[in-house]
Amino acid sequence: MNIAVCIKRVPDSETRVKIASDGKSLDEAGVKFVLNPYDEFAVEEALQRKEKAGSGEVAVFCVGPAAAQETIRTALAMGADRGVLLQSDRIPADGYITAQALAAELKAGSWDLILFGKMAIDDYNQQVGPMVAELLGLPCVTAAAHLEIDGPKGVAEREIEGGVEVVEFPLPAVLTADKGLNEPRYPALKGIMAAKKKPLEVKPVQLGAGGIEVLALTPPPQRKEGKIVGEGPGAVPELVRLLREEAKVL
Amino acid sequence: MKALAVLEQRDGALRKISYEIVTAAQRLGGTVEAVICAAGPVQGADQVAKFGADTIVTLTSPTFAKYAPEGCAQAIAERAKAGGYTVVLFAASATGKDLAPRVAAKLGVGLAADCTEIAVEGGSIVATRPVYAGKALLKVKVSAKPAVLSLRPNIFTPVERPKSGTTETVAVSVPAGRVVVREIKAAEAGALDVAEAQIVISGGRGLKEPANFKVLEELALAFGGQAAVGASRAVVDAGWRAHADQVGQTGKTVSPTLYIAVGISGAIQHLAGMRTSKVIVAINKDKDAPIFKVADYGVVGDLFEVVPKLTEEIKKLHG
Repeated sequence: MNIAVCIKRVPDSETRVKIASDGKSLDEAGVKFVLNPYDEFAVEEALQRKEKAGSGEVAVFCVGPAAAQETIRTALAMGADRGVLLQSDRIPADGYITAQALAAELKAGSWDLILFGKMAIDDYNQQVGPMVAELLGLPCVTAAAHLEIDGPKGVAEREIEGGVEVVEFPLPAVLTADKGLNEPRYPALKGIMAAKKKPLEVKPVQLGAGGIEVLALTPPPQRKEGKIVGEGPGAVPELVRLLREEAKVL
Repeated sequence: MKALAVLEQRDGALRKISYEIVTAAQRLGGTVEAVICAAGPVQGADQVAKFGADTIVTLTSPTFAKYAPEGCAQAIAERAKAGGYTVVLFAASATGKDLAPRVAAKLGVGLAADCTEIAVEGGSIVATRPVYAGKALLKVKVSAKPAVLSLRPNIFTPVERPKSGTTETVAVSVPAGRVVVREIKAAEAGALDVAEAQIVISGGRGLKEPANFKVLEELALAFGGQAAVGASRAVVDAGWRAHADQVGQTGKTVSPTLYIAVGISGAIQHLAGMRTSKVIVAINKDKDAPIFKVADYGVVGDLFEVVPKLTEEIKKLHG
């Protein structure tokens, strides 16, 4: 089974966001970058599918700056076979541009599955996976939290409001992974050593700006200082009064 | 300015989030066409006229009885291409998050996803979207034609602005599609999704063990079906609660009217997921917990004493 996994380098979820001097981007000083958490589920799923099939390859693709090689190495240390960095210092705000770059690269391959995380925890764009599917003319299931594959057919479950959608699809297909799909493995020392020798190809790409232009990145409005109503159950009647009369939410 | 507002239905009934999409479209100041994919007439679809829809178009196909990702994407994209719209608006709901990128790609444009503000500035669509789980706001100009946006649930409060709401039904011919929704397994009766509920009561490690979430469930019940129970990452990772209930950067971002954090210390990645709630209440035994920094109202104390008392008081109100 040949599986492509598209991954992203993102700031760790514990990052305190500081705005850069251009007023439009994150100040990256002191920020720890990691493999996007949802992409870990995609990498893990690919590894398990390949192990089950007993043959094939797991290749990792990433659009990002030179430093994203480190992110690709993380996926290689988990067990992926090779990596490709489509190197661009800037990732456009327009997800369609990123999707075009990935689709152009993936077109040449013969993939049974193309996996993504359901979203990146930095830009929250949640679109590149299904857009790549459209560009390649492949069926796509987004936010899969459970997956079964039997030969050329798959069944995925995705969470919707108040329930779970059970979705059937044929392979080859594009899937985006939600939390719950699996438990991503931690790279073992042996894997980390092996990853250093695995092929990692770097291809510079020129990405257009697209149709979405960043005007500003700003901190969210500060919440006004709250108050401690009191201690213990005795404070509850006053809390309820405040919620009714001051906040007017009850 | 001509807006296409994409409505949602399930089992032939309009989903209320549709009102929010029409309200947002109407705010842009032009004409609003509401469109919905369904197998037949949609119960309640004409109601969106109240919120400012000039026309309401039902695109019908037998394949639309359940959500048909490929068929709906094709039908909406064809409608969007033919109609000369400036902007196409979706809900950033489970369905909208799946559908909007497909339609955008068919139109050859990007998607401004999960917007919390939209406006027209100097003739262009300008949108604000939370990024880094709400730790920052990104303001973007969408110059793509058409501009395709999805809107975060619970932000665009429906406002009545009655319009004529001429209805039209168009039978569309779309292939059955390769991706087929076979069934929908319903969650427990009455269970609300944390992303859509007006009131969210979340629990963290302070609950001590999974069975203790029943104190939160009892409080949720006291609110009479408006409240959902959420969870912190710690308790979801520990397997106490379902992933679907997780609030935070690697879970859901919620904006309810009232958020009650119980036994949650307030890790930055949790705060990111709930800071846009209108009113936040924190109940925690540690008076120095970071959650009190973002809470409008805090009660310091043992949650096993405070929450049952709160349940009792809320029952009195609703009694």
